[in-house]
Amino acid sequence: MSIRHALLALLSQGPKYGFQLRQEFEQGTGDVWPLNVGQVYSTLQRLEHSGHIESDDSADDGPQKVFHLTEEGKSELHRWLSTPTDMASPPRDELVIKVLSALRVPGVDVNDVIQLHRRYLVELMQQWTHLKDDEAEFDLAFALVVDAELSRLDSVIRWLDQAEGRLKRAEAEPAVSSNAPRFRRRLVARR
Amino acid sequence: MSFLELRNVSKSYGEGSTLVKALLEVSLSVDRGSLVAVMGPSGSGKSTLLTIAGSLEEPTSGEVLIDTQSLAKMSHNEKARLRRRTIGYVFQDFNLLAGLSALENVSLPLELDDLAPKRARALAMAALENVGIAERAGHFPDELSGGERQRVAIARAVVGERRLLLADEPSGALDSANGEAVMKMIRGACKQGIAAVVVTHDAHLASWADRVIFLKDGRIVDQTVPPPSPESLLAPLPSS
Repeated sequence: MSIRHALLALLSQGPKYGFQLRQEFEQGTGDVWPLNVGQVYSTLQRLEHSGHIESDDSADDGPQKVFHLTEEGKSELHRWLSTPTDMASPPRDELVIKVLSALRVPGVDVNDVIQLHRRYLVELMQQWTHLKDDEAEFDLAFALVVDAELSRLDSVIRWLDQAEGRLKRAEAEPAVSSNAPRFRRRLVARR
Repeated sequence: MSFLELRNVSKSYGEGSTLVKALLEVSLSVDRGSLVAVMGPSGSGKSTLLTIAGSLEEPTSGEVLIDTQSLAKMSHNEKARLRRRTIGYVFQDFNLLAGLSALENVSLPLELDDLAPKRARALAMAALENVGIAERAGHFPDELSGGERQRVAIARAVVGERRLLLADEPSGALDSANGEAVMKMIRGACKQGIAAVVVTHDAHLASWADRVIFLKDGRIVDQTVPPPSPESLLAPLPSS
Protein backbone atom coordinates (compact mmCIF):
# COMPACT_ATOMS: atom_id res chain seq x y z
CA MET A 1 0.00 0.00 0.00
CA SER A 2 1.57 3.28 -1.09
CA ILE A 3 0.63 6.04 1.34
CA ARG A 4 3.18 8.22 -0.48
CA HIS A 5 1.28 8.08 -3.75
CA ALA A 6 -2.12 8.37 -2.09
CA LEU A 7 -0.92 11.65 -0.51
CA LEU A 8 0.37 12.87 -3.89
CA ALA A 9 -3.08 12.10 -5.35
CA LEU A 10 -4.76 14.19 -2.66
CA LEU A 11 -2.34 17.07 -3.29
CA SER A 12 -3.13 16.93 -7.01
CA GLN A 13 -6.46 18.54 -6.05
CA GLY A 14 -4.64 21.57 -4.60
CA PRO A 15 -2.50 22.65 -1.62
CA LYS A 16 -3.46 21.07 1.72
CA TYR A 17 -2.48 21.03 5.38
CA GLY A 18 -1.00 17.87 6.91
CA PHE A 19 -3.96 17.25 9.23
CA GLN A 20 -6.29 17.78 6.27
CA LEU A 21 -4.38 15.17 4.22
CA ARG A 22 -4.73 12.64 7.02
CA GLN A 23 -8.47 13.31 7.30
CA GLU A 24 -9.04 13.11 3.55
CA PHE A 25 -6.95 9.93 3.21
CA GLU A 26 -9.06 8.21 5.85
CA GLN A 27 -12.33 9.43 4.35
CA GLY A 28 -11.16 8.50 0.87
CA THR A 29 -10.53 4.92 1.94
CA GLY A 30 -13.90 4.62 3.68
CA ASP A 31 -12.19 4.98 7.12
CA VAL A 32 -10.98 1.41 6.68
CA TRP A 33 -7.28 2.32 6.80
CA PRO A 34 -6.60 4.66 9.71
CA LEU A 35 -3.35 6.63 9.59
CA ASN A 36 -1.54 8.09 12.57
CA VAL A 37 -0.25 11.66 12.53
CA GLY A 38 3.37 10.48 12.71
CA GLN A 39 2.96 8.41 9.52
CA VAL A 40 1.52 11.38 7.66
CA TYR A 41 4.23 13.85 8.64
CA SER A 42 7.15 11.43 8.15
CA THR A 43 5.81 10.55 4.67
CA LEU A 44 5.35 14.23 3.83
CA GLN A 45 8.91 14.90 4.98
CA ARG A 46 10.23 12.17 2.67
CA LEU A 47 8.20 13.51 -0.24
CA GLU A 48 9.57 16.98 0.40
CA HIS A 49 13.16 15.70 0.45
CA SER A 50 12.62 13.86 -2.82
CA GLY A 51 11.26 17.04 -4.40
CA HIS A 52 7.77 15.66 -5.06
CA ILE A 53 6.09 18.24 -2.83
CA GLU A 54 6.92 21.63 -1.39
CA SER A 55 5.74 23.29 1.78
CA ASP A 56 4.83 26.81 2.59
CA ASP A 57 7.97 28.12 4.30
CA SER A 58 6.08 30.83 6.17
CA ALA A 59 5.08 28.41 8.95
CA ASP A 60 7.08 26.02 11.11
CA ASP A 61 6.59 22.25 10.99
CA GLY A 62 3.15 21.45 12.32
CA PRO A 63 -0.53 21.67 11.55
CA GLN A 64 -0.27 25.14 9.97
CA LYS A 65 2.14 24.01 7.24
CA VAL A 66 0.63 23.89 3.73
CA PHE A 67 1.93 21.37 1.18
CA HIS A 68 1.60 21.46 -2.57
CA LEU A 69 2.56 19.19 -5.44
CA THR A 70 5.61 20.00 -7.59
CA GLU A 71 5.89 19.23 -11.31
CA GLU A 72 8.16 16.34 -10.34
CA GLY A 73 5.51 15.07 -7.93
CA LYS A 74 2.86 15.34 -10.61
CA SER A 75 5.02 13.25 -12.99
CA GLU A 76 5.66 10.67 -10.27
CA LEU A 77 1.93 10.40 -9.54
CA HIS A 78 1.10 9.84 -13.24
CA ARG A 79 3.93 7.34 -13.59
CA TRP A 80 2.55 5.39 -10.59
CA LEU A 81 -1.04 5.44 -11.89
CA SER A 82 -0.05 4.31 -15.37
CA THR A 83 2.29 1.51 -14.21
CA PRO A 84 0.70 -1.86 -13.46
CA THR A 85 1.29 -3.01 -9.89
CA ASP A 86 3.87 -5.81 -10.00
CA MET A 87 1.99 -9.09 -9.91
CA ALA A 88 4.07 -10.89 -12.54
CA SER A 89 5.85 -13.31 -10.25
CA PRO A 90 4.01 -15.40 -7.66
CA PRO A 91 4.16 -13.96 -4.15
CA ARG A 92 5.80 -16.13 -1.51
CA ASP A 93 2.48 -16.81 0.10
CA GLU A 94 2.58 -18.30 3.58
CA LEU A 95 -0.67 -20.19 3.05
CA VAL A 96 0.63 -21.84 -0.13
CA ILE A 97 3.85 -22.81 1.66
CA LYS A 98 1.82 -24.14 4.61
CA VAL A 99 -0.32 -26.36 2.36
CA LEU A 100 2.76 -27.62 0.47
CA SER A 101 4.51 -28.31 3.78
CA ALA A 102 1.47 -30.14 5.19
CA LEU A 103 1.80 -32.64 2.33
CA ARG A 104 5.19 -33.71 3.67
CA VAL A 105 4.59 -33.80 7.41
CA PRO A 106 3.73 -37.30 8.72
CA GLY A 107 0.51 -37.45 10.70
CA VAL A 108 -0.86 -34.17 9.28
CA ASP A 109 -3.91 -34.25 7.02
CA VAL A 110 -3.53 -31.49 4.44
CA ASN A 111 -7.33 -31.39 4.10
CA ASP A 112 -7.57 -30.32 7.75
CA VAL A 113 -5.14 -27.48 7.07
CA ILE A 114 -7.23 -26.45 4.05
CA GLN A 115 -10.52 -26.52 5.96
CA LEU A 116 -9.05 -24.62 8.91
CA HIS A 117 -8.13 -21.78 6.55
CA ARG A 118 -11.38 -21.98 4.58
CA ARG A 119 -13.41 -21.48 7.76
CA TYR A 120 -11.16 -18.66 8.93
CA LEU A 121 -11.49 -16.88 5.57
CA VAL A 122 -15.28 -17.28 5.46
CA GLU A 123 -15.46 -15.85 8.99
CA LEU A 124 -13.41 -12.85 7.85
CA MET A 125 -15.72 -12.45 4.86
CA GLN A 126 -18.72 -12.56 7.19
CA GLN A 127 -17.23 -9.64 9.13
CA TRP A 128 -16.66 -7.58 5.98
CA THR A 129 -20.13 -8.41 4.69
CA HIS A 130 -21.57 -7.39 8.04
CA LEU A 131 -20.00 -3.96 7.49
CA LYS A 132 -21.74 -3.82 4.12
CA ASP A 133 -25.11 -4.80 5.47
CA ASP A 134 -26.32 -1.32 6.24
CA GLU A 135 -25.74 0.35 2.91
CA ALA A 136 -27.57 3.48 4.02
CA GLU A 137 -24.42 4.52 5.88
CA PHE A 138 -22.23 3.60 2.97
CA ASP A 139 -19.93 5.75 0.94
CA LEU A 140 -18.43 4.82 -2.41
CA ALA A 141 -14.82 4.61 -1.20
CA PHE A 142 -15.84 2.32 1.64
CA ALA A 143 -17.84 0.09 -0.71
CA LEU A 144 -14.87 -0.24 -3.07
CA VAL A 145 -12.49 -1.11 -0.23
CA VAL A 146 -14.87 -3.70 1.21
CA ASP A 147 -15.45 -5.25 -2.24
CA ALA A 148 -11.68 -5.44 -2.75
CA GLU A 149 -11.18 -7.23 0.57
CA LEU A 150 -14.06 -9.63 -0.08
CA SER A 151 -12.73 -10.45 -3.55
CA ARG A 152 -9.22 -11.00 -2.21
CA LEU A 153 -10.44 -13.38 0.50
CA ASP A 154 -12.78 -15.12 -1.95
CA SER A 155 -9.93 -15.75 -4.38
CA VAL A 156 -7.95 -17.47 -1.63
CA ILE A 157 -10.97 -19.67 -0.81
CA ARG A 158 -11.26 -20.57 -4.49
CA TRP A 159 -7.60 -21.61 -4.50
CA LEU A 160 -8.24 -23.78 -1.41
CA ASP A 161 -11.21 -25.39 -3.20
CA GLN A 162 -9.07 -26.04 -6.25
CA ALA A 163 -6.24 -27.44 -4.13
CA GLU A 164 -8.63 -29.78 -2.34
CA GLY A 165 -10.06 -31.01 -5.65
CA ARG A 166 -6.59 -31.49 -7.14
CA LEU A 167 -5.40 -33.43 -4.08
CA LYS A 168 -8.50 -35.64 -4.25
CA ARG A 169 -7.89 -36.40 -7.92
CA ALA A 170 -4.19 -37.01 -7.30
CA GLU A 171 -5.12 -39.54 -4.63
CA ALA A 172 -7.45 -41.37 -7.00
CA GLU A 173 -5.27 -41.32 -10.11
CA PRO A 174 -2.05 -43.29 -10.67
CA ALA A 175 1.17 -41.27 -10.63
CA VAL A 176 2.10 -39.64 -13.95
CA SER A 177 5.08 -41.26 -15.74
CA SER A 178 8.33 -39.48 -14.97
CA ASN A 179 9.41 -39.99 -18.62
CA ALA A 180 7.05 -37.25 -19.72
CA PRO A 181 8.88 -34.09 -20.81
CA ARG A 182 8.88 -31.38 -18.21
CA PHE A 183 8.34 -27.81 -19.25
CA ARG A 184 8.26 -26.28 -15.81
CA ARG A 185 9.26 -22.65 -15.93
CA ARG A 186 11.47 -21.26 -13.30
CA LEU A 187 9.27 -18.89 -11.32
CA VAL A 188 10.81 -16.35 -9.04
CA ALA A 189 8.79 -15.56 -5.96
CA ARG A 190 8.29 -12.00 -4.82
CA ARG A 191 9.26 -10.78 -1.33
CA MET B 1 -35.93 -21.02 18.97
CA SER B 2 -35.24 -23.72 16.43
CA PHE B 3 -37.68 -23.75 13.50
CA LEU B 4 -35.97 -26.38 11.37
CA GLU B 5 -34.17 -29.31 12.89
CA LEU B 6 -32.42 -32.25 11.27
CA ARG B 7 -31.52 -35.03 13.69
CA ASN B 8 -28.95 -37.60 12.53
CA VAL B 9 -30.32 -37.52 9.01
CA SER B 10 -28.83 -39.95 6.50
CA LYS B 11 -29.83 -40.51 2.90
CA SER B 12 -28.72 -43.30 0.59
CA TYR B 13 -29.61 -44.03 -3.03
CA GLY B 14 -29.34 -47.41 -4.77
CA GLU B 15 -28.12 -50.57 -3.11
CA GLY B 16 -25.27 -53.07 -3.17
CA SER B 17 -22.53 -52.00 -5.56
CA THR B 18 -24.54 -48.96 -6.69
CA LEU B 19 -25.14 -47.68 -3.16
CA VAL B 20 -24.48 -43.94 -2.82
CA LYS B 21 -24.48 -42.39 0.62
CA ALA B 22 -25.52 -38.80 -0.04
CA LEU B 23 -25.92 -37.71 3.60
CA LEU B 24 -24.44 -39.23 6.72
CA GLU B 25 -25.72 -38.49 10.23
CA VAL B 26 -26.37 -34.81 9.57
CA SER B 27 -27.71 -32.78 12.49
CA LEU B 28 -28.58 -29.16 11.98
CA SER B 29 -30.78 -26.64 13.68
CA VAL B 30 -31.95 -23.33 12.20
CA ASP B 31 -33.58 -20.71 14.41
CA ARG B 32 -36.38 -18.35 13.43
CA GLY B 33 -34.88 -15.22 11.92
CA SER B 34 -31.61 -16.95 11.22
CA LEU B 35 -29.82 -17.38 7.88
CA VAL B 36 -27.67 -20.49 7.52
CA ALA B 37 -25.51 -21.12 4.46
CA VAL B 38 -24.39 -24.59 3.46
CA MET B 39 -21.14 -24.74 1.50
CA GLY B 40 -19.46 -27.71 -0.07
CA PRO B 41 -18.10 -29.06 -3.33
CA SER B 42 -20.31 -30.68 -5.99
CA GLY B 43 -21.59 -34.02 -4.77
CA SER B 44 -21.14 -33.15 -1.10
CA GLY B 45 -24.87 -33.57 -0.40
CA LYS B 46 -25.91 -29.90 -0.28
CA SER B 47 -28.97 -30.22 -2.50
CA THR B 48 -30.03 -33.49 -0.86
CA LEU B 49 -29.93 -31.78 2.52
CA LEU B 50 -32.19 -29.05 1.18
CA THR B 51 -34.74 -31.36 -0.43
CA ILE B 52 -34.99 -33.44 2.75
CA ALA B 53 -35.33 -30.29 4.89
CA GLY B 54 -38.13 -29.17 2.58
CA SER B 55 -39.96 -32.54 2.75
CA LEU B 56 -39.44 -33.09 -0.98
CA GLU B 57 -37.55 -36.31 -0.15
CA GLU B 58 -37.64 -38.74 2.76
CA PRO B 59 -34.47 -39.43 4.72
CA THR B 60 -33.27 -43.04 4.86
CA SER B 61 -32.85 -42.60 8.60
CA GLY B 62 -33.04 -39.79 11.12
CA GLU B 63 -35.70 -37.20 11.73
CA VAL B 64 -36.70 -33.79 10.37
CA LEU B 65 -38.73 -31.39 12.47
CA ILE B 66 -40.33 -28.20 11.23
CA ASP B 67 -41.75 -25.93 13.91
CA THR B 68 -41.32 -28.83 16.38
CA GLN B 69 -43.47 -31.16 14.23
CA SER B 70 -41.82 -34.33 12.99
CA LEU B 71 -42.28 -34.80 9.23
CA ALA B 72 -42.23 -38.59 9.73
CA LYS B 73 -45.43 -38.34 11.75
CA MET B 74 -47.28 -36.27 9.16
CA SER B 75 -49.64 -37.67 6.56
CA HIS B 76 -49.05 -37.07 2.85
CA ASN B 77 -51.68 -34.32 2.87
CA GLU B 78 -50.25 -32.65 5.95
CA LYS B 79 -46.83 -32.51 4.32
CA ALA B 80 -48.32 -31.10 1.13
CA ARG B 81 -50.06 -28.39 3.20
CA LEU B 82 -46.78 -27.63 4.97
CA ARG B 83 -45.04 -27.19 1.62
CA ARG B 84 -47.82 -24.90 0.37
CA ARG B 85 -48.14 -22.76 3.48
CA THR B 86 -44.92 -22.80 5.44
CA ILE B 87 -42.00 -23.52 3.13
CA GLY B 88 -40.77 -21.39 0.25
CA TYR B 89 -38.26 -22.67 -2.30
CA VAL B 90 -35.87 -20.68 -4.46
CA PHE B 91 -33.92 -22.40 -7.23
CA GLN B 92 -31.03 -21.36 -9.42
CA ASP B 93 -33.19 -21.42 -12.57
CA PHE B 94 -36.07 -19.52 -10.90
CA ASN B 95 -38.76 -22.12 -11.81
CA LEU B 96 -41.37 -19.50 -12.69
CA LEU B 97 -44.37 -20.51 -14.78
CA ALA B 98 -43.92 -18.95 -18.21
CA GLY B 99 -47.64 -18.46 -18.92
CA LEU B 100 -48.28 -16.47 -15.74
CA SER B 101 -47.37 -12.87 -14.93
CA ALA B 102 -45.02 -12.07 -12.04
CA LEU B 103 -48.02 -11.29 -9.84
CA GLU B 104 -49.81 -14.52 -10.80
CA ASN B 105 -46.66 -16.57 -10.17
CA VAL B 106 -46.51 -15.19 -6.63
CA SER B 107 -50.22 -15.44 -5.89
CA LEU B 108 -50.66 -18.95 -7.35
CA PRO B 109 -49.50 -20.92 -4.27
CA LEU B 110 -51.90 -18.91 -2.10
CA GLU B 111 -54.80 -19.50 -4.49
CA LEU B 112 -53.98 -23.22 -4.62
CA ASP B 113 -54.28 -23.10 -0.87
CA ASP B 114 -57.87 -21.83 -1.26
CA LEU B 115 -57.20 -18.22 -0.40
CA ALA B 116 -59.64 -15.86 -2.14
CA PRO B 117 -58.03 -14.60 -5.38
CA LYS B 118 -58.40 -10.93 -4.39
CA ARG B 119 -56.69 -11.51 -1.04
CA ALA B 120 -54.02 -13.72 -2.64
CA ARG B 121 -53.19 -11.03 -5.18
CA ALA B 122 -53.01 -8.32 -2.50
CA LEU B 123 -50.52 -10.44 -0.53
CA ALA B 124 -48.59 -11.22 -3.72
CA MET B 125 -48.37 -7.52 -4.57
CA ALA B 126 -47.09 -6.75 -1.06
CA ALA B 127 -44.41 -9.45 -1.48
CA LEU B 128 -43.37 -8.00 -4.85
CA GLU B 129 -43.17 -4.55 -3.25
CA ASN B 130 -40.89 -5.96 -0.54
CA VAL B 131 -38.41 -7.14 -3.15
CA GLY B 132 -38.68 -3.88 -5.09
CA ILE B 133 -40.34 -5.18 -8.23
CA ALA B 134 -44.00 -4.21 -7.86
CA GLU B 135 -43.87 -2.11 -11.03
CA ARG B 136 -43.11 -5.27 -13.04
CA ALA B 137 -46.04 -7.22 -11.57
CA GLY B 138 -47.87 -7.52 -14.89
CA HIS B 139 -44.87 -8.75 -16.87
CA PHE B 140 -44.30 -12.36 -17.88
CA PRO B 141 -41.06 -14.15 -16.94
CA ASP B 142 -39.58 -13.86 -20.42
CA GLU B 143 -40.03 -10.09 -20.21
CA LEU B 144 -37.94 -9.90 -17.03
CA SER B 145 -34.14 -9.94 -16.53
CA GLY B 146 -32.51 -12.77 -14.57
CA GLY B 147 -32.26 -10.57 -11.48
CA GLU B 148 -35.92 -9.58 -11.75
CA ARG B 149 -37.01 -13.20 -12.18
CA GLN B 150 -35.15 -14.22 -9.05
CA ARG B 151 -36.80 -11.36 -7.14
CA VAL B 152 -40.17 -12.75 -8.22
CA ALA B 153 -39.07 -16.22 -7.09
CA ILE B 154 -38.08 -14.84 -3.69
CA ALA B 155 -41.40 -13.00 -3.39
CA ARG B 156 -43.16 -16.31 -4.14
CA ALA B 157 -41.03 -18.08 -1.54
CA VAL B 158 -41.87 -15.67 1.28
CA VAL B 159 -45.44 -14.67 0.39
CA GLY B 160 -48.18 -15.16 2.96
CA GLU B 161 -47.36 -17.06 6.13
CA ARG B 162 -44.23 -18.84 4.96
CA ARG B 163 -41.71 -19.26 7.74
CA LEU B 164 -38.97 -21.34 6.14
CA LEU B 165 -37.06 -20.38 3.01
CA LEU B 166 -34.88 -22.97 1.29
CA ALA B 167 -32.68 -21.74 -1.54
CA ASP B 168 -30.46 -23.83 -3.82
CA GLU B 169 -27.74 -21.71 -5.47
CA PRO B 170 -30.22 -18.79 -5.66
CA SER B 171 -27.80 -16.51 -7.47
CA GLY B 172 -25.96 -19.07 -9.55
CA ALA B 173 -27.25 -17.60 -12.81
CA LEU B 174 -26.85 -13.96 -11.81
CA ASP B 175 -24.04 -11.40 -11.93
CA SER B 176 -22.39 -10.32 -8.68
CA ALA B 177 -24.58 -7.23 -8.12
CA ASN B 178 -27.81 -9.18 -8.59
CA GLY B 179 -26.43 -12.08 -6.54
CA GLU B 180 -25.74 -9.72 -3.69
CA ALA B 181 -29.20 -8.19 -4.03
CA VAL B 182 -30.73 -11.67 -3.74
CA MET B 183 -28.81 -12.38 -0.54
CA LYS B 184 -29.84 -9.01 0.89
CA MET B 185 -33.47 -9.86 0.19
CA ILE B 186 -33.13 -13.23 1.87
CA ARG B 187 -31.44 -11.55 4.83
CA GLY B 188 -34.27 -9.03 4.89
CA ALA B 189 -36.80 -11.87 5.04
CA CYS B 190 -34.87 -13.35 7.98
CA LYS B 191 -35.09 -10.03 9.79
CA GLN B 192 -38.87 -10.45 9.52
CA GLY B 193 -38.55 -13.78 11.37
CA ILE B 194 -38.16 -16.28 8.53
CA ALA B 195 -35.65 -19.12 8.99
CA ALA B 196 -33.55 -19.62 5.85
CA VAL B 197 -31.11 -22.18 4.51
CA VAL B 198 -29.10 -21.24 1.44
CA VAL B 199 -26.99 -23.79 -0.37
CA THR B 200 -24.11 -22.26 -2.31
CA HIS B 201 -20.55 -22.91 -3.40
CA ASP B 202 -19.91 -19.15 -3.46
CA ALA B 203 -18.18 -17.76 -0.34
CA HIS B 204 -19.23 -14.22 -1.30
CA LEU B 205 -22.87 -15.21 -0.88
CA ALA B 206 -22.34 -17.52 2.09
CA SER B 207 -20.75 -14.63 3.95
CA TRP B 208 -24.19 -13.00 4.24
CA ALA B 209 -25.25 -15.84 6.54
CA ASP B 210 -25.23 -15.82 10.32
CA ARG B 211 -23.65 -19.27 10.26
CA VAL B 212 -21.91 -21.23 7.52
CA ILE B 213 -21.97 -25.03 7.55
CA PHE B 214 -19.33 -26.94 5.57
CA LEU B 215 -20.45 -30.21 4.03
CA LYS B 216 -18.09 -32.81 2.58
CA ASP B 217 -18.87 -36.33 1.38
CA GLY B 218 -22.31 -36.12 3.00
CA ARG B 219 -21.08 -35.06 6.43
CA ILE B 220 -20.94 -31.73 8.22
CA VAL B 221 -17.21 -31.27 8.73
CA ASP B 222 -17.08 -27.76 10.13
CA GLN B 223 -19.00 -24.55 10.75
CA THR B 224 -18.20 -20.92 11.40
CA VAL B 225 -18.44 -19.41 14.83
CA PRO B 226 -20.29 -16.10 15.23
CA PRO B 227 -17.94 -13.42 13.91
CA PRO B 228 -16.50 -10.82 16.28
CA SER B 229 -17.27 -7.15 15.79
CA PRO B 230 -16.24 -5.96 12.33
CA GLU B 231 -14.40 -3.12 14.07
CA SER B 232 -11.56 -5.61 14.64
CA LEU B 233 -10.87 -5.47 10.89
CA LEU B 234 -9.99 -1.81 10.93
CA ALA B 235 -6.38 -1.85 12.12
CA PRO B 236 -3.98 1.07 11.59
CA LEU B 237 -1.80 0.92 8.49
CA PRO B 238 1.86 0.01 8.71
CA SER B 239 4.24 2.73 7.54
CA SER B 240 4.86 2.87 3.81
